[in-house]
Amino acid sequence: MTRDEIRAAFIADLTAVAPDIAPESLRDNDHLQDDLGLDSMDFLNLVSALHNRFGLPIPEADYPRLATTALAVTYLDQALAG
Amino acid sequence: MSIFTMPSLGADMEEGKLIEWLVKPGDRVSKGDIVAVVETQKGAIEIEIFETGEIGALLAQPGQTLPVGAPLARLGAADGAEPTPAPSPSPSPALAPAPLPARPAGPAGGTAKPPPAPREPAAASVAPASAGVVLASPAARGRAAELGIALETVSGSGPGGAVLLADVERQAQAMPAPPPAPEPVPPAAPKGKPGLDMAEMRRAIAAAMSRAKREIPHYYLSHETDLQPAQDWLTARNADRSPDRRLLMGALLIRATVKAVARVPELNGRFEAGPFGPAAAVHCGLAIAMRGGGLIAPAILNAETLDVDAIMAAMRDLVARTRAGRLRNSEITQGTITVSSLGESGVDALFGVIYPPQVALVGFGTPRVRPMVHDGTVKPRLAVTVTLAADHRVSDGRRGALFLAEIDRLLQEPESL
Repeated sequence: MTRDEIRAAFIADLTAVAPDIAPESLRDNDHLQDDLGLDSMDFLNLVSALHNRFGLPIPEADYPRLATTALAVTYLDQALAG
Repeated sequence: MSIFTMPSLGADMEEGKLIEWLVKPGDRVSKGDIVAVVETQKGAIEIEIFETGEIGALLAQPGQTLPVGAPLARLGAADGAEPTPAPSPSPSPALAPAPLPARPAGPAGGTAKPPPAPREPAAASVAPASAGVVLASPAARGRAAELGIALETVSGSGPGGAVLLADVERQAQAMPAPPPAPEPVPPAAPKGKPGLDMAEMRRAIAAAMSRAKREIPHYYLSHETDLQPAQDWLTARNADRSPDRRLLMGALLIRATVKAVARVPELNGRFEAGPFGPAAAVHCGLAIAMRGGGLIAPAILNAETLDVDAIMAAMRDLVARTRAGRLRNSEITQGTITVSSLGESGVDALFGVIYPPQVALVGFGTPRVRPMVHDGTVKPRLAVTVTLAADHRVSDGRRGALFLAEIDRLLQEPESL
């Protein structure tokens, strides 16, 4: 999976848990909680969706590595490669 | 025979706009079935019916804005009272058939006492909101109506397959361009865009909160609570769980609140006409902040029957449906107590305004590591400030204090929540 494909998948899952966020308005360095207003439940739903899509465990200790789209794509890319 | 009317979805609601019928004349409905979607200040709300019977005529059309109490549909008793050519004589239909699981439409079998056969297969009573009902966000619903796209034809990418705005736009792009109009056609009914109207929501909040401050003599209590045991338990518990089975601290806080209500029941209920009586069930409202402003406080119904995992599942469901605009009227009209939580990036304490006609609101600040005396020494511990806003007409500070102390006690033993 390329980084662009991972990014598209991440944004699809993000906008599914936060349907009021327009995909085209997203910037890669937006902080999911501070800038986009995701609460802990939205964030957990996103982690669940990513877990189901990629089959990665995504432990709680790794949550900070999903703080922005840019960070998350890097994290998912590395986790999938590893 | 009765009339199903536009329900009141809050003391401040004067009118609602019918968005969609989920039943048609002749459909059998049971108490609790979802029959229509109404647009309100709180978004699109699924309207449940509180009688069992058969839908007669639909008296209102989608798109109409109607005052509370206006007739929406005629509801027949569905007891075979009308002179219809019944296939077999059925004895004494005096009692309306209970909403039992639908039996196959075939003949009843010619036994001596066949139960009154429903005239319809009555497929309706099983799954209120599945077959035939399209999940969609309010924005998607509105855009689809503007474009004349049937929601059934759009494949949804949202929670539970819900149709989102982007799905509708995608479908619209994929459709062939409409044939050139021969003459200027009046634009398809200048409907207001369904979805959350922030000005309307602000008005609704203002009305409810003004009423609260006008009518309810609030008193306030605050208590710092050690959250370290709950946090440690949660971390251990979540470590070996997949994300969809993990718990949030919020579920523990709600579970503790709901359990503590048993100790001080007069904080739970609805103060409407007549003397106040505590409610038997705990319908625990959850203040959910909307991005872009405003909040909605739908309730987890019968929360006292749910353990921590079930509370967590109910919270997930409620938040997802709030975001997608698919709450039910019972959830927004039957709350008996509300919990408001600032989440992970707020401040220490929240002093709430009671949501009338409820009589208490519990506030949880943002948990923060603070110096606390633990086992005789000062240690950094995760702590949360828990507050209570309560109605002095039905309780006093002493009882309120007992309630907050009970929440504290319960949170020190998270394993027994």
